[in-house]
Amino acid sequence: MRPYRVFDHTADLGIEIFGETAGMLFAHAAFAVFDLMADLHLVHPKETRSISVEGEDREDLLVNYLREVLYLFHGEKLILKHFAIVEINDHHLKGEVGGEFFDPDRHRLKKEIKAVTYHGVEVRETGSGWRGRVIFDV
Amino acid sequence: MSDMKIQRLDEHRWLIPPAGGMRVPGVIYSSERLMKEMGKDESPKQVANVAHLPGILKYSLAMPDMHWGYGFPIGGVAAFDLSGGVISPGGVGYDINCGCRLVATKLRLEDVRDRMEELVTALYRNIPSGVGSTGPLKLSLSEEKKVLIDGSRWAVRAGFGTASDIETTEDGGRIEGADPDRVSQRALERGREQLGTLGSGNHFLEIEVVEEIYDEATAAAFGLRKEQVAVMIHSGSRGLGYQICDDYLARLVKGIPKLGFPLPDRQLACAFLDSPEGEDYFAAMACAANYAWANRQILMHWTREVFEKTLRRSPADLGMRLVYDVCHNIAKFEELPVEGRKMKVCVHRKGATRSFPPGHPSLPDVYRKSGQPVLIPGDMGTGSYVLAGTEKAFQETFGSTCHGAGRVLSRSQAIKAGRGRSIRREMSERGVIVMAAGKGTLSEEMPEAYKNIHEVVNVCHEAGISRKVARLRALGCIKG
Repeated sequence: MRPYRVFDHTADLGIEIFGETAGMLFAHAAFAVFDLMADLHLVHPKETRSISVEGEDREDLLVNYLREVLYLFHGEKLILKHFAIVEINDHHLKGEVGGEFFDPDRHRLKKEIKAVTYHGVEVRETGSGWRGRVIFDV
Repeated sequence: MSDMKIQRLDEHRWLIPPAGGMRVPGVIYSSERLMKEMGKDESPKQVANVAHLPGILKYSLAMPDMHWGYGFPIGGVAAFDLSGGVISPGGVGYDINCGCRLVATKLRLEDVRDRMEELVTALYRNIPSGVGSTGPLKLSLSEEKKVLIDGSRWAVRAGFGTASDIETTEDGGRIEGADPDRVSQRALERGREQLGTLGSGNHFLEIEVVEEIYDEATAAAFGLRKEQVAVMIHSGSRGLGYQICDDYLARLVKGIPKLGFPLPDRQLACAFLDSPEGEDYFAAMACAANYAWANRQILMHWTREVFEKTLRRSPADLGMRLVYDVCHNIAKFEELPVEGRKMKVCVHRKGATRSFPPGHPSLPDVYRKSGQPVLIPGDMGTGSYVLAGTEKAFQETFGSTCHGAGRVLSRSQAIKAGRGRSIRREMSERGVIVMAAGKGTLSEEMPEAYKNIHEVVNVCHEAGISRKVARLRALGCIKG
């Protein structure tokens, strides 16, 4: 089962994400970004990066974390597939990501996520784990 | 449309009276049908949210192509007092200086009718487009900084076009006050490889033919006549603009608690115009605006080359002349009438086009009598409109009008509606040859996904915030 589902937003693309813990929710959200953009079964993780971000609260932290992984695509041309959160609280997160450099001969891009927005962003703990929402500019 | 009270003011205007923290009313230019079509769209709430910002003058405006955006609605216009007012990246958008330009040719429909497949294929091969596309230009950092400061002027100096192109570009293709030192390394890095690329999503390059003239005299002043072939280019500042918007949103969100007033939406994060953050954002935004103008200038230059090579005609024979270039995602300092007197304000146009009247000093001599050409790209296959700026827009809407059709179907709804259909074939049956880099792009951008452009333009025309001059029909299109 996918750890996220896509919902409708007129101009753009929204996702609802789930996770047993806050860390898993964040990792699933990052996975969703790349799963929506590329065929991930063609990606063989060879490169890893460490990520550390701050946020004013959980929502801001989620936006900043997704911005950071998205920059690795736009700025470094990395297609990421593996996401682990090593440490997380309401204001700070440390994580590891893995993927490989985009190779137009082997990889296929489905669509471009251009930015992560604050519009309607949500991160909350429910009775059965964590749930979040975020909308992307595409 | 939530529980907001919206009152009809007249045939084409709806009022959102000030409530809660709104400092001014909201005014929406629309029609009964467009208002109904909006359904659950939250854009009226976004119009009201913008009215909360300090220093906002007169009213928070929305154009008839209004739809749900981030922070500001798309189609939103607001002007701010230089003292006590703010500037907001959410009032400009991610794609800073997304805009379009129209290039007229001396070609008639019969000159290209049988060459369209060839022309579209050649354009598709020579104009880089698609997700994260990079172009043949690899700028050094110091050269890139010159682009950010000089915009179209850099492009013309580097051999992409002629000096007359600059005259018919809004603001001469360059905003004053750009400072590359306020732009992050990340943004510079993303910008280095993407100059001269179309991008993905709703950006396109389209060959069109003038199908209808509404105002002969103005069309003649714009150099447009029936059956004439023209090219519309719709693109922006690519990854550079996105990164600048994102960098400053992140920085300004941190500053929200220090602003001293409540913000109804984080995406409306802003800074006082006279604060260091506000000045930094403007200087960085101006860099992206200039980059976008250089980008469209280069795309136009390559389009000219493709036409020359494919049709084996000389530049003089083709006569590819820039009619005008407008930006529709921008914040600028302009002198505009407020309560009976002219005042320098910071106007935000997010998905709105400048619509300056005849006689305005910023217009080139050729358009001094006609007013500014206003370019409205439709959706793929519908073609575009050319309008002219009016005095009424200058007085009423901070010199602004609509920018396009505005989406009505979400992208996933559009993909669903396109399932089992060949949008490419449907377009070709309508006489439009389309080539797109992305697999989903054609469905996402199909004509049904957009508001009826004719209705949007008619509202602007009837409300008097721009005048219809000509309508163009699409012949061939390349998309990212």
